Parts: sequence; C-alpha cells; structure tokens
Amino acid sequence: MDDILLLDAVERYLNGEMAPQEREHFENLRKSTPEVDQLVVEHNMFLHQMDAYVAHTNIKHTLHNAHTYLLERGDLNEGGEIPTRGKLIQFWNKYKRVTAIAASVGGVIALFISGLTVYFSSAVNDPKLQQLGKDLEEVKKSQQYQGSIINEVKSKIPVNARLLSGGSGFLIDTKGYIITNAHVLRGTGAIVINSKGKEFKSSIVHIDEQKDLAILKITDDEYNPAKSIPYSIQKSNADLGEEIFTLGYPRNEIVYGMGYLSAKSGFNGDSLSYQIQISANPGNSGAPVFNQNGDIIGILSTRQAQADGVAFAVKSRNIYAVVNDLKKSDTSFEKLKLPTRSTLKGENRKVQISKVEDYVYYVKAYGK
Amino acid sequence: MKGDTNEQALLKGLAHNDSKAIETIYKENFNMVQSFILNNNGSYDEARDIFQEAMIALYEKAQTESFVLTCQIKTYIYSICRRLWLKRLQQLGRYTTQVDSMEETVAVSEDLEAHEKRNVEFAIMDRALNSLGEPCKSLLEGYYLKKMDMNALAREFGYTNADNAKNQKYKCLMRLKKLFFSQYNIGE
Repeated sequence: MDDILLLDAVERYLNGEMAPQEREHFENLRKSTPEVDQLVVEHNMFLHQMDAYVAHTNIKHTLHNAHTYLLERGDLNEGGEIPTRGKLIQFWNKYKRVTAIAASVGGVIALFISGLTVYFSSAVNDPKLQQLGKDLEEVKKSQQYQGSIINEVKSKIPVNARLLSGGSGFLIDTKGYIITNAHVLRGTGAIVINSKGKEFKSSIVHIDEQKDLAILKITDDEYNPAKSIPYSIQKSNADLGEEIFTLGYPRNEIVYGMGYLSAKSGFNGDSLSYQIQISANPGNSGAPVFNQNGDIIGILSTRQAQADGVAFAVKSRNIYAVVNDLKKSDTSFEKLKLPTRSTLKGENRKVQISKVEDYVYYVKAYGK
Repeated sequence: MKGDTNEQALLKGLAHNDSKAIETIYKENFNMVQSFILNNNGSYDEARDIFQEAMIALYEKAQTESFVLTCQIKTYIYSICRRLWLKRLQQLGRYTTQVDSMEETVAVSEDLEAHEKRNVEFAIMDRALNSLGEPCKSLLEGYYLKKMDMNALAREFGYTNADNAKNQKYKCLMRLKKLFFSQYNIGE
C-alpha cells in the first residue's frame, strides 16, 4: 500500500496537483530520501515515454486516415480503380490546353529518348541482369583481324543473313534436339557448332520466353545421331552448396568453369532458377550446369550486372516442362526422350569433360 | 517568401496532429515517394509504409523545440524515404546495385538514428502493454491514452468507487513500469 501511496504522490507532484504546503513537504522528502528522488525522476521519464507513445499512436492513426481519405478522393493511386469519370472530365476541361502542350513536348522527348534507347541498349529487360548471349556484331568487329581465317571456312549461315547473337546449348536427345536459352535465339534461324568446330544447320522447334528456354533440332544431313548421351537431366532440385561445373562458348572455343550452388532461387526470388557462383561471360547463356556426378541441374542463363561471379541458372526440371509442352502442341515430337541415366558418376573431372564436350554446342542465331 | 511561411504553417499543423495539414503534406509528397519505391523493386504497400514512417520522423522533428527545417519538406521526406528504403532493401536481401536518384537529398542520418531509437522504445512499450493482460491494459489505456477520468473509468470497469479503480490503476502501472524498464535497460 505504501508503494501505491507514494506513487500517487509522485504522480500528483509531477502533474502539479499538490497544494503548496504539501508540495513543499514533498520536495523536502525528495531532498532527504534519495530513493524517493530516484522514483520521481524515473516516473517522470516513464510518463514522458507514455505520452510519446500515445502521440505516436495518434499520429499513426491520422496518417492512416489521411491515406484512406486521399485514396478515396483519387488523389493517390495504388494501381486500383481510376477516379470517377465526372471528375476526370472536369479535370480534362480545366487542363486541356496545358495537357496539349505537355503532350506535344512529352511526345518529342519520348521520341528522342526512345531513339537514344534503341541506339544504346541491348535487348536485356532488366538492367541489373545481364543475359549472357553474345552480341556477335561486336565480336565480329573485335575479331576483324582474324577475318581472313574465318572467311576460309565455308559457313552454313545463309549468304544474306546477318549473325545476331550467340550462346551455348546442349543435346537432350540423340536425334539432335538441343536446348538453349530463348534469349540466345534473337533472329529467325540458327546454326550449331560442335566442340570440334563443325557446323550444322538447325531449326527452332520451340520457344518458351517465360522460362527462357528454347529447343532446336539439328536438320543437317551431315549430322550423325549420337549413340547415347552420357549425362542425365535431374528432375529434383539441387542442394545448396553443391559443387557445379559448366561448359560453354564465351568464345569460339569450349570453355570450362566451376563453382557452387549459392541459392535455391534466382534473381528477386525467382523460383524457376538457382543462383550460382561461377564466372560466366556473354556466350555462356544456354550452357549446361552439371553437378559432381555429371547430372544436369540447370541451364546457365543470366548474371547479375556489377556483382562478381553471381549468375543464375534455369532449373533443370523446367526442361521436362518445356519438352512436355512441345509434345502436347505437336505429336510429331512424341519420340523425344530426355536422358535419365548418367555414366559420369565417380569419374574424375577430366574424364567427365572429355565425355561431355561433344554434346555441348555453340549456337549462333542469325536474321535477315 | 510565401512558400516558406506556408511550409512553416504546415509543419506546425503536423506537430499538432492536425489532419488538414497532414493531408496537404501527404497529397503533395506521396506520389513522388511512391514512384521512387515502385521504381526500385518495391510494392504499393511498402511505399505506404515507408512514406508514413518518414512522416512520423518529420512529426517527431517538428515537435522538438529547437526545430528548424533547413530545406523544403519535399526534400526532407524524400531523403528520409530514400535512406529507409535502401535499408529495407538490404534487410530483405533484395540486392540492388543502383537506386536511381532524381531528387536532391539532405543529410538525415542523425534524425533517422533518433527516430529509430524512439521506434525501439515504442516497441518496448507496446510489448509491455500487451503482456500486461486485462483489465490492466484497458485500464491504463483508458487513463493514460484516452485521458478518461477516474470516475468514468470506475463506472466502465465496474469498480465500486474511483479510489478502488485508482488503486488498481497504480498496481497495474507498477507492473507496466517493471516490464518496461526490464526491457528498456537491456536495450540500452
């Protein structure tokens, strides 16, 4: 009870509710008893804390109301319905002239900017991500000094066509089906080149922009179907930290790289892909990502611009999904069968690579 | 300097939790913040959260006696939002390398630090209040938050007289203080 009486006194003292005489008495008590003094200080602080808390709660409430109110009036827009029509028309009448001027100025600026954009940008959608397709025009320019050598090889690209982009791809069926990234195939057709530099004509049979996957079929008479494919394509998800390696064509020669699986989702939580730590370069797009046993767990697709070694791979189970889509849309592909048995388990890396490299192709897309 | 006095009046209104002033500031600044956040990987909900957080920070600043805003309200709010959003992005692990900055910004680190400290204190108070249990919580809220008088409280809660209610209120308050300070001192 004493505590309560004391607390009551403290509170009345702080609120200035004490009569002068009592106040004087209490102040003397404060001076002579450090405990009471401490209680006053503490309680004062606590009451301030409570006041601030109350004010905070109130302002939050006001803000919430303001938001709702302004949203109803149409002053704010959260992507929902646009304010009523009547209002819009009034608004239009009021600002017709201003809008006309603004629109024409805006139009000019927009044209100018889109001109600039077309001029400078590549076809990458998100500036933070960089697709690893290669802009072959660029490569061509930088390799002009090799021109004489290149020209000696008779290319299978149609005479009038221009090379547009390049990447990697790999065989998923011995009959000549190759999977790669959709963004690699920028043009109207593609040729594929094996690790020994031999070119084959091919046709694009399926493109899934959403999964960023595409299937090509080698249509060349010179292609001898492989007996079997040494790797399998994994249906289940890979584990975090799993060691991985890849083979691709960032240049005209096949290039090996290794790293590890760093996250089970891709850029911005994209569940279609993994994040992997590997050094990837333009041209690696569409390259297979193997685990230690030589199972394919993904298709290398993009890397994060300005972050070293961070790349993303489309999960391998999406290959099953696109192949099923393809079979559904066209029964002539019914015989397409994905490899499910790996013969690479337990082999050392050099042997694995030598067995796999013939199945990884350099994809060059061209257009008219 | 018409704009200047106008802004001063708005800030004064904000400091007094005046809904007209708050709506005006809201209307003039929200869309800028919303488009900034939407353009930088955020959602509508996140834009609202961040903006209101910035408004609270400005409110706290406007309440201090030594308050002077050395820049436009717009610049201040944008600066706070920008900092808050960058921090949020980092916490969420949404890795962005660039946040576009079209607007001018001012240094707000100190204000934000003070604001965050207050937020921690409010969170402690919130937890303490919520772990009190009933009827303590409602009783204290009635007295300290809603500023109801003791007689009204006694009637509402069914105490026979105001003195009993007052006694109970003090008991509850002591428990609340204990809960609050145990957390608060750890926080320090």
